[in-house]
Amino acid sequence: MTSSPAIVSARAPGAARVRTPGQRTAQRRKAFTGWMFIAPFGVVFLLFLVAPLLYALGLSLFTKGLATGTQFAWFANYIAAFTDPSFLRGVGFVVSFSLVLIPIQMAVSLAVALVLDAVTTRFARFSRLVIFLPYAIPAVIGAIMWGFLYSPTFGPLGQLFGLVGAHAPSLLDGDHVFGGLINVVTWQWSGYYMIIIYAALQGIDPTIYEAAKIDGANARQVAFRIKLPLVTNALLLILVFALIGTLQFFTEPAVLRPVSNGGITPDFTPNLYAYTTAFSYAQFNYASAMSFALGIVVFICVYIFLFLTRKRGSFLS
Amino acid sequence: MKKKALIAAVSAVAIAMTLAACSSGGSGGGSSAAKNCTNKILVKSAPVVTVWAWYPNMAKVVDNFNNGHKDVQVCWTNVGQGGDEYNKFQTAVAAGKGAPDVVMLEADHLANYQIQGALVDISKYGANSVKKNFSAGAWKDVSVGKAVYAAPIDGGPMAMIYRKDIFAKYGITPPTTWAEYQEDAQKVKTAGGPLFGDLGSNVPAVMMALQIQKGATPFTYDPTKPKNVGISLDDSASKDVLDYWAGLVKDGLVGTQDQFTADYISGVVGGKYATYISAAWAPGYLSGAGVGKGADKGQFASAPLPQWDPSSPVSVNWGGSAFAVTTQATDKKLSTEVATGLYADSASLEDGWKNQVIFPLNQGVLKSDAFINAEVAFFDGQTVNKDIYIPAENAYEGFTYSPFQVYYYAQLQAELAKVNAGKESGSEAAAAVQASVVAYAKKQGFTVTG
Repeated sequence: MTSSPAIVSARAPGAARVRTPGQRTAQRRKAFTGWMFIAPFGVVFLLFLVAPLLYALGLSLFTKGLATGTQFAWFANYIAAFTDPSFLRGVGFVVSFSLVLIPIQMAVSLAVALVLDAVTTRFARFSRLVIFLPYAIPAVIGAIMWGFLYSPTFGPLGQLFGLVGAHAPSLLDGDHVFGGLINVVTWQWSGYYMIIIYAALQGIDPTIYEAAKIDGANARQVAFRIKLPLVTNALLLILVFALIGTLQFFTEPAVLRPVSNGGITPDFTPNLYAYTTAFSYAQFNYASAMSFALGIVVFICVYIFLFLTRKRGSFLS
Repeated sequence: MKKKALIAAVSAVAIAMTLAACSSGGSGGGSSAAKNCTNKILVKSAPVVTVWAWYPNMAKVVDNFNNGHKDVQVCWTNVGQGGDEYNKFQTAVAAGKGAPDVVMLEADHLANYQIQGALVDISKYGANSVKKNFSAGAWKDVSVGKAVYAAPIDGGPMAMIYRKDIFAKYGITPPTTWAEYQEDAQKVKTAGGPLFGDLGSNVPAVMMALQIQKGATPFTYDPTKPKNVGISLDDSASKDVLDYWAGLVKDGLVGTQDQFTADYISGVVGGKYATYISAAWAPGYLSGAGVGKGADKGQFASAPLPQWDPSSPVSVNWGGSAFAVTTQATDKKLSTEVATGLYADSASLEDGWKNQVIFPLNQGVLKSDAFINAEVAFFDGQTVNKDIYIPAENAYEGFTYSPFQVYYYAQLQAELAKVNAGKESGSEAAAAVQASVVAYAKKQGFTVTG
């Protein structure tokens, strides 16, 4: 604690940069200790995030054809990606999917959190656990489960429609797959978002409620005028999570594809398309470029979103 | 201060060591590591050859091989049927490691991997010694000129499997032409019967075969001139066949369920489909999934594939596989011995054809009395080999496949799904497939001719 800014600024201006050798060694030792403390994280970060990213970036600058071999191509793959109708359709899908999904998810999780916050019986604690449970189920298992629930032969829909003698629609075919997936993802994630909002609600000082009650506010006013504004930060956090997650939509369509009767195509979402391109068509270069292109799209979307919702004091204002 | 630095340093080292442990644990795989065999290695001292295959009776086949060999042992893994295996193999090829020594490939996928230099010319390692066991056509399917890229095991002559109970109930006999097929389908529907067949979007190879039956030539490709490929996926024959099936779908005569799924199998079990346009190996997969048991026992029969022109019938093929040696194999001679010897002993072949998981290409079996006159239990004692499948195989003239068959199938599958959803006509589907495959081939550096 010898080099706090206060002490440095107290020195004469000309002497600011002059340090004794002893001070310099001490500083270096401190820097070293600091580096050693972040080293465990740093090693993992460099090895498993930065290095693969650089490798993929390198890959994305080459093209490889079955008949031509590998060639350096600058940004040809990126130009190809942003003019590839399959890729653009996939981006269009995830954007429209986000626009429908996120409001539904937010509304559900917020409503449940507000109710669970207001009710304090044993039943509320039980419900909280049950609503959170889908998040604890691995996404792949959840998707397989929904695959069976949606099956016109084995699922409950088949029996329901069978009662009136009609054929159950497949909720994963071309016309219904959008809604079918919205349902799966909402089921999977609402519990998690609910817990985040709930935690934020629990953090609100109860004296505020007391004051509101004395001022004559009813339960609805407390919920919408006090609780909601006070958990805005949690809501924004969820929105960013949901936006990034949905734009990279992959697991559920990948798992449900074999049972979708072709409703989920190999280019359904950009990530699925990149996956197919790499692992079925052996075009790792183009797939890397598409992954980066998707990264750019996600970055732009999240930036626009954060910019629109910026507040005084946040890093974008 | 020193203590803190020490703690940090120790934990950094610990992390680094954990990571090192991870990476060393994950290495090996494929050729060198033979730890994850599904089967038991009987002769522990012998060198091991790794094999990927998905034949339903593969466990028996591998045991037969290992029992009969002291000099080499097979380590077998089933990494998935069809596309699942191809994805894994393709990734291993691109990575340059992780592929098995010997891999099961369908005939239509050989060119796909041969052009990538992933397969070994096994004629250099003595594969020609088994050439005499196969017909000239079967051997040609795995060869490029003098080079041989796989040892054939089974073929897939196509026929029409149908349910006798449904045909009897609605008073129809097996249709011999596609026009009759449509009439019968309409008849059954009008009488309130089940669906007549199924157009699964996930079996594009069937659609390709049916298009070829009407005279289409999807690809012209000579592997000795690997940069030239002819693509003709929207000629009138291809369009006609797609339009025909699109019409059946539109009229509600056939189902639109993807095949090999639980939904489809349960439909077959329950008599939801009167016919199944399929290959000789299909009954084995169906009975393996529980079809033809209990109340359904003996209800299935087989008839020749319906024709467009009965005066000049055309025989077509779906599936059928071969064993190829990969260029990643550590010992190519030994791997060739496995590729040519596995599923080639009489016990394995007999188990295969008796359970109808393969239609053997080995002439010794094809010409044996036991095979020719076999009364097949799945078909209620019908002698299908003699009556249907052997004539179909003998009349089959061979297909030419493209070196990007995986991509082509994916495009055809996507368009079939649209046809099934009523979103486009068969002709539109054919045009769309042609456009995307030609664009892809050009991007891959091929010179495309019509």
